[in-house]
Amino acid sequence: MEVTEVLSERELDRGFSHQVQDLPGAGGLEKCIQCGTCSGSCQMSARMDYTPRRLIEMARVGMKREVLSSRAIWYCASCYSCTVRCPRGINITEVMSGLKSLAIKNEMCSRRDDGPAFYTSFYDVIKRYGRLHEGSVIAGFAWKTNPWRLWGMAPLGWKMFLSGNLEVLPEKIKKPAEISLLLEKLGGGVMKR
Amino acid sequence: MRYTYFPGCSNHSSSRDYEESTREVCAALGIELVELQDWNCCGSTAVMAVDPMAAMALSARNLALAAAGGSREMVVTCNSCFSTLRRAGQFYQSEPLTRDAVDRALGEVGLTLQKPVPVRHLLDVLLNDVGLDGIGARVSNPLVGLKVVPYYGCLVGRPKNDFDDRENPCSLERLLGTTGAVLLPFEHKARCCGGALMTTKTEVALELCRDILQEAVERGAEVMAVTCPMCHLNLDAYQGQINQRFGTKFNLPILYFTQILGLSFGLREKELGLTRAMYRRFDYARV
Repeated sequence: MEVTEVLSERELDRGFSHQVQDLPGAGGLEKCIQCGTCSGSCQMSARMDYTPRRLIEMARVGMKREVLSSRAIWYCASCYSCTVRCPRGINITEVMSGLKSLAIKNEMCSRRDDGPAFYTSFYDVIKRYGRLHEGSVIAGFAWKTNPWRLWGMAPLGWKMFLSGNLEVLPEKIKKPAEISLLLEKLGGGVMKR
Repeated sequence: MRYTYFPGCSNHSSSRDYEESTREVCAALGIELVELQDWNCCGSTAVMAVDPMAAMALSARNLALAAAGGSREMVVTCNSCFSTLRRAGQFYQSEPLTRDAVDRALGEVGLTLQKPVPVRHLLDVLLNDVGLDGIGARVSNPLVGLKVVPYYGCLVGRPKNDFDDRENPCSLERLLGTTGAVLLPFEHKARCCGGALMTTKTEVALELCRDILQEAVERGAEVMAVTCPMCHLNLDAYQGQINQRFGTKFNLPILYFTQILGLSFGLREKELGLTRAMYRRFDYARV
């Protein structure tokens, strides 16, 4: 049986719910009626340590550490099934995405998950070139997690190369400086007021 | 018909077949695609998971460039670009604080947004702007009896579009029906292929793709039609790995809907990028 620790109110972070809801599209958590439609619609919920419904309640009451270090958030594939079906109109996929970003920002990510390494590698490449370069993302991802991964992925890379589906050198936009300035001005995870 | 075209990163690398077939089919239908000047990556679902406001910045720059170029509508082919760009335009318009922050940042690089241009999926444009009669008139090589399962994946329909049902879309059936192909019922049509989880949670994504392929094969499909480069990569390039992992014997060609249309227009395999398939190449002559 699963043992749940009892938290005292002092351990809760009352402001956490606002941090989540201040992110674009992630508002309206107070409208949640805990019906579980999100969990029932999720193709991943059976694999999650906390289902989407539980995560929302945990975020609402301020269980910041538990939510941000959960593995569940990295199982979300952003398929928007929950969002489409939520009877209260909560954009749950945006909430999940926001939780991932807060986990990275607060350095609370579950160590056992490769999600953060992949998403940050992706972001690093966009910051540098303005466009995606698959090879660079995979190299960055492998570097951050397990370099041997490259060995396992080599056959796919080779197949992509042979079929003319691999861009060997990164494609850059003409004004990469514009991207870095924009990201610097607007980035930071939380809305600037 | 003239549209601003946002190819997205994949169409310049892993989905050149989508790019090639899109350009060929549009040319055949008299659609002029004008590529957005100096477009950047939309950020997909990855950047929003690292920094939601940075994700807004990436999409906002594209929308601002389109506005500056006098674009009336922007066409995309990738489900993820479609969803991401639309999402940014929507939040920009519905959230005043987000809008202010975006406006200030865009101002720093000399861009303005004001009113985001409508972002439309090519599927919508072909179905509703060209129309079934227009498409049908161009079919010179009917794919009589070719059994096709339509696979939409997630982001062309969800969270929202203006042209089809979110849970049970039917645009592909209507569009590809003009080619003479037989469109089979397909329960997995709007289920998820795992997307980027193929890299971070490979086991899980392989399973999702196996389920999609399994139903397609049980339905007797000869081809699967897709609308997204990510779905294509997961279902085509990983098909061998799926067979290895689960002991299955899938050997199903995964085609972009533009490739199927192109074949019915009598365009050549090479022009449609059919030679770029990574697992199973589709050979219409042998079906």
